[in-house]
Amino acid sequence: MEKSVAYIALFAAMIAVLGLLPKISLGFGVPITAQSLGIMLCGTVLGARRGALAVLLFLLIVALGLPLLSGGRGGLGVFMGPTAGFLVGWVAAAFVTGLIVQYWRGMPVAVVASVASVIGGIIVLYGFGIVGMAIVLNKSFIEAAALVVAFIPGDIVKAIIAGLLTAALARARPGSLMGRRPAR
Amino acid sequence: MMISLTSPVRTRAHDLPAGLKLGLLLLATVALAASADLRFHIAAFLSALGLYSLPGVRFLRGGLSRLRILWPFVAVVLLWHLVTRDISAGLVICLRMVTAVGLANLVTMTTRLSDMMAVIRWIGTPFARLGLNMRALEIGIALVMRMVPVLSEKGQQLTQSWSARSTRRPRWHVVLPLTLLALDDADNVAQALRARGGLNKWNEE
Repeated sequence: MEKSVAYIALFAAMIAVLGLLPKISLGFGVPITAQSLGIMLCGTVLGARRGALAVLLFLLIVALGLPLLSGGRGGLGVFMGPTAGFLVGWVAAAFVTGLIVQYWRGMPVAVVASVASVIGGIIVLYGFGIVGMAIVLNKSFIEAAALVVAFIPGDIVKAIIAGLLTAALARARPGSLMGRRPAR
Repeated sequence: MMISLTSPVRTRAHDLPAGLKLGLLLLATVALAASADLRFHIAAFLSALGLYSLPGVRFLRGGLSRLRILWPFVAVVLLWHLVTRDISAGLVICLRMVTAVGLANLVTMTTRLSDMMAVIRWIGTPFARLGLNMRALEIGIALVMRMVPVLSEKGQQLTQSWSARSTRRPRWHVVLPLTLLALDDADNVAQALRARGGLNKWNEE
């Protein structure tokens, strides 16, 4: 119990700290933040349930009024805006990413975690994000999707980085991938 | 340092119960979503602007700067509806979005963190009966607030030592050591929590 709470809290804090890092500009001019990398790592390292709880805890603290989203955003307003779907999607993204890492054995961790991050952190996340944007901006799903496709290449890079980082973590701290431990 | 988004300008709204403000926000959001009448949305937007200007220029300016993030979306939607020659629908969408976000920010700006926590506790009570461990939740919230500055400091040190060794800007390379430090901190924190009596009612684990 204490261990779960401590890991969930520390990873929620890490999502915040990754949002404080300066933005990285990709070659083709799309600025990306490391915050969604944190979401992917929550899933790959903590597993489905704890990963989703860490993201929920982070969002709860943002809703309480702390400016922890990248760019110093926070408060209740971000849950009303056009990107609110992405915030809700973060929870599902961490969950799905964690679920895949938990159950897909027999491949190197880097591959599993990268693919899981693409499926959870991009496909699932953008599903939620596009629905949210379509609702707020009153546009069709395809029109809303057109507004966000520019960010997908950056997120694919992040998913691969998340996979490599997860593999490196597993090497540096064997047993640190909570999702991949044998069932107790 | 972690600074909450609560406005330093004290307003009369600071003294209203947080639950009341959140309830009103909920009602206002539903009303905004339900209406497609341009006149209603202009009136709602002007009322929100009026609420922002009541506490003075400094508060208004602070509030408006927080809405800047919406301008790209406003521009895209208006341009879109200019092309489809349906500008009043575009205005409704933009006004609804700006007013909804503005009112939500207004609640955040006029509600202290401790008051928001009290609401969380109140909302959590029925869930606690269903098995939600409120103590774990409260410790979790406190831990995040405590650890963000700590981890942020470590992140800055990692960035600095990277800069000392390399001419290139540190990018995702600092994330691995940062995550390792977070994992180690988590182990220490878990041990400390357990040493102080743990979070389970009967300490079964």
